Amino acid sequence: MRQLFGLALTAAAGLALLPVATMAQTPKSGGTLNFAVVAEPPTFDCHATTTFATIHPVRPHYSGLLRLSGDVNKKLAIVGDLAKSWEMSKDGLTYTFKLHEGVKFHDGSDFSSADVKASYERIVNPPTGVVSARKALHTDIVAIETPDKSTVVIKLKAPNASMLNNFASPFNCIYSAAKLKQNPNYPATEIMGTGAFQFVNYTKGSVWEGKKFANYFQKGKPYLDGYKAFFVKSSAVVPGIQGGQFDAEFRGRTPKERDQLKAAMGDKITIKEGPWTTNLILVFNTKKKPFDDVRVRRALTMAIDRWGSAPNLAKISLMKFPGGFVRPGAEYALSDAELKKLPGFATDMTKAREEAKRLLKEAGVSNLKIAFLNRNVAEPYTPAGIFVVDQWKRIGVQADHKQLETKLYFDAFKKGDFDVGINFIADYIDDPSIHFLKVVPGTAVNYSGGDNPKLKELFAQQSKQVDPAARKKLTDEFQKIAINDAHSAMLFWWQRIIVYNKKIKGWELHASHFTGQELVDVWLDQ
Amino acid sequence: MLTYLLRRLILMVPTLIGVAVVTFFLIRVVPGDPVVVKLRADGAAVTEETIQAERKRLGLDKPLMVQFKDYMVGLATLDLGRSLWTENTVASEIATRFPVSLQIAIMATIIAVLIAVPLGTLSALYRDTWIDYLVRIVAVSGLAIPSFWLGMLMILGSLALFNWLPPIGYVSFFENPVANIVGLIMPAVSVGYRYAAVATRMMRSALLEVLREDYIRTARAKGVFRQLVVRRHALSNAMLPVVTVVGLEFAFLIGGLVVTEQVFNINGIGKLFVDATTRGDFTLIQGLILLIAVIFVVVNLVVDLLYAALDPRIRLS
Repeated sequence: MRQLFGLALTAAAGLALLPVATMAQTPKSGGTLNFAVVAEPPTFDCHATTTFATIHPVRPHYSGLLRLSGDVNKKLAIVGDLAKSWEMSKDGLTYTFKLHEGVKFHDGSDFSSADVKASYERIVNPPTGVVSARKALHTDIVAIETPDKSTVVIKLKAPNASMLNNFASPFNCIYSAAKLKQNPNYPATEIMGTGAFQFVNYTKGSVWEGKKFANYFQKGKPYLDGYKAFFVKSSAVVPGIQGGQFDAEFRGRTPKERDQLKAAMGDKITIKEGPWTTNLILVFNTKKKPFDDVRVRRALTMAIDRWGSAPNLAKISLMKFPGGFVRPGAEYALSDAELKKLPGFATDMTKAREEAKRLLKEAGVSNLKIAFLNRNVAEPYTPAGIFVVDQWKRIGVQADHKQLETKLYFDAFKKGDFDVGINFIADYIDDPSIHFLKVVPGTAVNYSGGDNPKLKELFAQQSKQVDPAARKKLTDEFQKIAINDAHSAMLFWWQRIIVYNKKIKGWELHASHFTGQELVDVWLDQ
Repeated sequence: MLTYLLRRLILMVPTLIGVAVVTFFLIRVVPGDPVVVKLRADGAAVTEETIQAERKRLGLDKPLMVQFKDYMVGLATLDLGRSLWTENTVASEIATRFPVSLQIAIMATIIAVLIAVPLGTLSALYRDTWIDYLVRIVAVSGLAIPSFWLGMLMILGSLALFNWLPPIGYVSFFENPVANIVGLIMPAVSVGYRYAAVATRMMRSALLEVLREDYIRTARAKGVFRQLVVRRHALSNAMLPVVTVVGLEFAFLIGGLVVTEQVFNINGIGKLFVDATTRGDFTLIQGLILLIAVIFVVVNLVVDLLYAALDPRIRLS
């Protein structure tokens, strides 16, 4: 009876508090969101770019077919954007999208299925003079049909496990078919979409401004009157937020910067932290001796104490999560238990390093000296480089750590001018077909030169497998072979830390800095 | 005078052609592909086919000599080409940033001259007194303290004391003079202080040298007041080396505020230069180097003209 009474009391209190909580979360309209972008857009065209520097200022002007929504620490899922529903045929070869009706472009023209067709055809078969940076991910699309103004049917030549992700890609902006007909390259220099914000102004190297689109198809949204994206150097973000020049930066800050802002601004800021779909990989140049010997490669990855070092590294750098070739916690990730059975992921480091020394001795390279290539970007490349050099010293390996400017760094990888290098992958989603590319034999970005044909076979199989459970088996096998081969070895996955003024509400932390920047649901509590 | 001016302007042409040729080939000696930086630097695994298509679109697949010919033909028609990164014209990229850098340079020059001329003069006139020592301390500190570090101190001080930073972004002086000055005063002071230190030292030593000249002693012996001698005879002669220093520093400031512009988030020529170099944006680098060459040549010409104005013995012929 007492328990029942207690429960009733709790429920009553909960109900009484509910309106308050709901009220506190009721979005308010108005205000301008000021945020920093730590690089400048090379183009306005989502299809042509691979950088967040375009996505952050430009994406709020556009819509996609689908988009990612939610919070990475709760539930991140694909939801409809211009598509209100969609379905895949049983054979995985046809996707049918039902589109929202009454959607307008910023110039007042009507949106229809023809715009989706024209936009995707531009991605799949870019006309002369148009760049389609992600064409390779869409080559399975063979036909796009528009049975009526609010239906799009996309047909594939083969099932593609990544295709739904591609439809939710922040880079697949939907452009106006009519304008593309006049000038196929208009999106490179002109902004005109169906997104929540209209373009106002862009001052090169300084600021990008957008204002609320009154005819946005999601009624009552966006909440903001507009936004300003300021292009600044990364080092200017902390003083800029502290000094009120802007209220946020949505790519990511370091733990030190988070702590600086916390100390200076206390409860005036919100901190969101989670895993990041970005990693650091050790690439062994298998075209050079002795890195063609699997024993040497394994020894070098086995010397690294990933589990023991991660908590401390996470305090001083962006490195945080040990993992395989898919981000830990993601659908296709290997479990910690599985990882611990593989070379480089042991927890007993004394034993692992003894084994590493034995392998080096067996390979005849006990006094190994390595030309170690790295990028001259402070975070997290410098601490990662220093950390690896230290770990290798513990098995008697010397490394000449060379940090090169980005252009020279990529050139060195391309020319094979390194023994071991730190490379990275950053993309918009945890998709094996994207994240495996640096270890698949024959791709332009597999700088190790690793050539296990089994990996190529498994990669092709998993990319066509639309059943998630069956795909997981294939991706697990792929990762286990790749880790055992050690042509490339995963070092760490990054942590994403976003610090912003507390007045910003409705912004969700995604695992990627490329997604979640439509600003449709963002509002200011002021 | 007009003939001299015309001759100097004509002589600029071979100088600038030389700069253009050397820059074109030197930039291309440095390894690295700007297209790879553009498409892969953020971590995307873009295919080689896409990289090659983009190289072709930007004309980077053409033989070097064909690219050189295109560049020189463009120069002849005052077309500096398009940025490989943004594909905007190089002229428009520069035009956006130039007013900001020019204004900082002008403000820093005004600050420097306002500090250097009186302090240098006082220091020379009161040589080896506490005034001289004080001025020398101020000047040596200005030389020793890097501008960017002073800038950082100003930012941190402003944050610590007022929790405030000037609004970000450039507002034209003609649009809002107050906002314009507020936005640029910190970088101008941080750069102007070092600049003033250089000029103060030069002013002091030049004036000391002039004060030892026979004509100064003669004037004083004739009973002319010290103040009048200094103002009418010594200062104008001592200004010649100061004008040279001020002129060269001014030219340097327009393209050389690389770190200071980063510290203060100034969207100027220096920042553009760093970005263009990091990205390997060949055409933009070429345009910027040419711009700086033009500035140096023009400022040198202006300094020479000022010489003649300051010292009637110098004839421009």
